[in-house]
Amino acid sequence: MRELSYAAAAMEAFAEEMRRDATVFHMSTDAPDPLLKEFGASRVRATPIAEGALTGMAIGAAGSGLRPIVDWRMVTFSFVAMDQVVNQASKIHYMFGGQTKFPILYRASVGGGTRRAAQHSQSPYSMFMNLAGLKIILPSTPYDVKGLLKTAIRDNNPVISFESDRLMASTGPVPDEEYTIPFGQADIKREGADITIVALAWLVHEALAAAETLAGEGISVEVIDPRTLVPMDVTTIRASVRKTGRLLVADEAGPTAGASAEIATLVTEDPATFKALKAPVKRVCALQVPIPYTPSLEDHVFPDRHKIAAGVRELMQT
Amino acid sequence: MTQSNIQPTYTEQVEMLRLMQTIRRFEERASADFLSGDIYGVVHCYIGEEAVAVGVCSALTRRDQIISTHRGHGHCIAKGADLNRMMAELYGREGGYCKGKGGSMHIADFDIGMLGANGIVAGGLSIITGAGLAAQMRGGDDVAVCFFGDGASNAGPFHESINIAAQWKLPVIYVCENNLWAVNTPASATVALPDVAARAAGYGIPGIIVDGNDVLAVAEAAHVAVERARSGQGPTLIECKTYRHRRHTEKATQPDLRPQAEIDKWIADDPIPRHIATLQRDGLDDATLAQLNAEVEASIAASVEFAKASPFPTLASALDDVFAD
Repeated sequence: MRELSYAAAAMEAFAEEMRRDATVFHMSTDAPDPLLKEFGASRVRATPIAEGALTGMAIGAAGSGLRPIVDWRMVTFSFVAMDQVVNQASKIHYMFGGQTKFPILYRASVGGGTRRAAQHSQSPYSMFMNLAGLKIILPSTPYDVKGLLKTAIRDNNPVISFESDRLMASTGPVPDEEYTIPFGQADIKREGADITIVALAWLVHEALAAAETLAGEGISVEVIDPRTLVPMDVTTIRASVRKTGRLLVADEAGPTAGASAEIATLVTEDPATFKALKAPVKRVCALQVPIPYTPSLEDHVFPDRHKIAAGVRELMQT
Repeated sequence: MTQSNIQPTYTEQVEMLRLMQTIRRFEERASADFLSGDIYGVVHCYIGEEAVAVGVCSALTRRDQIISTHRGHGHCIAKGADLNRMMAELYGREGGYCKGKGGSMHIADFDIGMLGANGIVAGGLSIITGAGLAAQMRGGDDVAVCFFGDGASNAGPFHESINIAAQWKLPVIYVCENNLWAVNTPASATVALPDVAARAAGYGIPGIIVDGNDVLAVAEAAHVAVERARSGQGPTLIECKTYRHRRHTEKATQPDLRPQAEIDKWIADDPIPRHIATLQRDGLDDATLAQLNAEVEASIAASVEFAKASPFPTLASALDDVFAD
């Protein structure tokens, strides 16, 4: 199978969906060149740096029959559009009694490791998970990002795609033929028997690396990537924990009220899964700090394969 | 200002009166039923500003789209919304426009191009600009109209949206209802210029000031702006100078710091008697006026009956419509 980068797979999803459906159009500061060349400046719009307006315009365009894609670029810039996300996009279908659909894709890069300091190193997806009415995807591979973005564009609701900065240049197999990935289906990236790691985005790869190391120590690790945070595939996660009896959640975001907290609770509040636990649930997350600039400090605050492996060893001893 | 050749016919002008009276009686009833406890939360009355919604919407077709504010009943009625479903929504009933989930501040009817009242000041500006973009991308000559207040003109979305609409020549008409007060703060203390319309110069688009209590003047300005938008020349900013006769909300304890003399002056300039006087000069007789008023009263009474007959939504419906299928 051919290999594509994560970034190229995402762009291929947009191009395919724009060919398939003339109502799909793209707005961002700086138009992506391949899309602009193929579809022209009417459907691939270079906009002013006005994310609040773009975010709201997408709502109006979607309510008028189009399927807008708004690329916020970094999630950093979504925050200037929070009124439109929180007060309008997430609630508009419900508060108007479901009378019209709002098919919108918002897209943003997340994560750190790029030495760009606090404002440009953020993983705030749990802030958006807290809003009823938004679907949220967090793909970790080129295959997943393409299939999930195609589903997102066809969905009749506002969807936010959070895409890890650290993964943009990573490559992986992507088939030539058409495919989509349904929302709410976690992917078991590695099967194991002793402990479940639910890992998000870049940390899926760090968890897989840790699992490889731990296999050499006789520990069999199962790695689950939820792939979509809303909806969350709680069935697959609980089934895995009932099998292994141990859960570690790895997230590049801080722990406080994070996706990791949600996943831990979804597991422990289920009586059957709780009974199967042989050890407390452990979270391996970033330190709860703004992300610092200098490399030694930045690397110190983020979780990685070593911290995940250490966490697993700790759980195996309890 | 370019003079429009489009003058509403006498019959159309009588219909304008009917709509203005309908807005007023609807809101008087909504206020009374709010104070008696049948309507919940908050009710913002448009009374005194009816000429703006009715004048502007007289220039629109059913396909054209509008977006409204927290003070939105007038825009809904002027665009042709169903009074029964509006009142049922205020009553929180299943038969309401939003199945009882929206209330006064969130009435929408996408079938008639009413993209919703909106509880956030300046919240609608970018949404309707996106509707204007959709109209432009569809081709054809549909337009989109944004109603907003003097308060919203001070907020960021005003600048971002109008800048984009001007740059892309979107078919959007921005209608500022300058009622001189943002709750209890005078616009003179918050708007850096005396006229919001002057800001249009910053975007290279026409900025028009209209007597917002003169429904025919509003209609004429709207026609000019709508024709400009339909012919691909881009947006217009229309500032309608008007006034709300009532406090910010209908809550009994809602403070009102506006000078009584100012309130009295504007009530003396009430857009409805003004329009009646115009029509009387053109031949409207007392019997016809009385009949029109009686028909309006009957339609409001019927809307209340409809609302009261509609059940409250089932509790199970709380989970409906979080997501579309």
